Amino acid sequence: MKTKTSAAKKPRIGWRDKSFYAICYTITIILTITVLYPILYIIAASFSSASALMSGKVWIFPVEFTTVGYEAILKYKDVWIGYRNTIFYTVTGTFLNVCITMCCAYPLARKTLIGRSKIMFLFTFTMLFGGGMVPSYILVRSLHMKDTIWAMLIPGAMSVYNMIVARTFIQNNIPDEILESTKIDGCSDTNFFFSMVLPLSKAIIAVLALWYAVGHWNAYFNAFLYLSDKELYPLQIFLRDILINNQLSSDMDDPEAVAQRRTIQMLLKYSLIVVSTAPLFTFYPFVQKYFVKGVMIGSVKG
Amino acid sequence: MNKKKHPMLNRMWRDKQLYLFLLVPVIYIIIFRYVPMGGAVIAFKDYKARDGILGSDWIGFKNFIKFFNSYDFYRNIRNTLILSAYTIIAGFPLPICFALIINSIRNEKFKKVTQTIVTLPHFISTTVMVGILMNIFANRTGLYGAIGYALTGEYPPDLFASPSVFRHMYVWSGVWQSFGWGSIIYTAALSAVDPQYHEAAQIDGATRFQRIIHVDLPTILPTIIIMLILRVGDIMSVGFEKAYLMQNTLNYDASTIISTYVYSVGLASSGRSDLSYATAIDLFNSVINLIMIIVVNKIAGKVSETSLW
Repeated sequence: MKTKTSAAKKPRIGWRDKSFYAICYTITIILTITVLYPILYIIAASFSSASALMSGKVWIFPVEFTTVGYEAILKYKDVWIGYRNTIFYTVTGTFLNVCITMCCAYPLARKTLIGRSKIMFLFTFTMLFGGGMVPSYILVRSLHMKDTIWAMLIPGAMSVYNMIVARTFIQNNIPDEILESTKIDGCSDTNFFFSMVLPLSKAIIAVLALWYAVGHWNAYFNAFLYLSDKELYPLQIFLRDILINNQLSSDMDDPEAVAQRRTIQMLLKYSLIVVSTAPLFTFYPFVQKYFVKGVMIGSVKG
Repeated sequence: MNKKKHPMLNRMWRDKQLYLFLLVPVIYIIIFRYVPMGGAVIAFKDYKARDGILGSDWIGFKNFIKFFNSYDFYRNIRNTLILSAYTIIAGFPLPICFALIINSIRNEKFKKVTQTIVTLPHFISTTVMVGILMNIFANRTGLYGAIGYALTGEYPPDLFASPSVFRHMYVWSGVWQSFGWGSIIYTAALSAVDPQYHEAAQIDGATRFQRIIHVDLPTILPTIIIMLILRVGDIMSVGFEKAYLMQNTLNYDASTIISTYVYSVGLASSGRSDLSYATAIDLFNSVINLIMIIVVNKIAGKVSETSLW
């Protein structure tokens, strides 16, 4: 709209504006490079030889191209356990999250519901105040959820913030008239939810699913607190052990691999960073509009 | 049931299916949010797992007094506040500036590509982020080490051993990760600017920069204030994960914050852990947070008529 009118009128751009635009482009380009460079460096490093890395020859393109790091990942059992578990937690967790969030948002979007503001307060208050780390830990322990998959799925079953976003969406996008006319036709609230609300809320369901999925993919804290069984660890816990604590398990029993361990270790780290983050990075540009949409709905006071 | 006498109950009965929808979420929130709030009473008790929360002995404010009198009180609060304030000062204005700049660029394709790129780091997990820092800034094997070696002929100092470098690294890696994502909300707010204002200002001879100051900025001011309230209200809560992952014995003096301290006192060493003491520290922090957000919101409401509730 704005660009159209200004293009049509062709207002003369003074030297002040010209230099201002030049500054805008320069700043944007500098910021973009600042963001992009470390990412490119890591990708390049993951494909370079360890000696090239150590001698600082790698800048932006791989030097002495090799896939040793990625081959090491293939042989590394822990990474696959982590990947498998993370995919499981992400898929089931997100499904559960979206179901509960929509079930909660739908009734609270109904303005005539008695006790609506009180129930709303019950939820929003938890955004301001909480019992803390230790009581939550004791709770999970006493529910016998520790060291089970439930510890990864149930304690974070719903984010109140996301629920409010979903509620705002339902309020603004599903007019009361539809409800009234379907009510006259004898449609129950449950039927209305499945036949009208869910189909009309596809956009917000996409937003919720993406937000929750990213959260699960990157989640670390609950697993760190509640899990001690390696078979249940998500990828992030293995990443911490490998990237930060330098603990490479002896699962890498391949004698050759052990011999070259030092050099492989470095490449393995860079490759792991790429392998663990690549799904989100490649996926994101295609679903960017949903994320942006979600932020926009969230910024409107419900 | 006498339906005529209870129109309210009547309406509630009519909406019974809606309440049924709320059943699971309400039970969930009560169990996983309110029960731990109740469980926080162990801050005032000498909690022993064998006696349970209710059976343990009351000890009053002993844990709080112990915390206030310890050196860790000063150190953890100081570090938490410094990290938080530094993050706000370094990280709050940048998304606003970036949104204003990108909004005045007219090449749509350029705009889209840059916006996508700068939001990408938001999706890097904390674990991977810290892993990246540790690899790139490793003083022997990383890019930092290689550059230092090339320039001076010897390996540069270990950045992870320095408490003051910890703060810069913590904050600026956070800025790097979040400014693009943070700008989305302002870009969204800017799309609401009426083009007529711009045209009118242009006719009056305003430069693009002047229009940013006098047209764009006032439009997004309410959004800025809301974001600032949220941010300042949160000043005492610094997330556990990143600080904990970056923590080591050498930078501990700067990297111990309330959340990591609560963990290390309460849950880290299962043998000597003091759950009551840890809960007391956490509870103290939560109460301060609650007060902060209420006070900041009040002040913002008075000064600018923009507030959260």
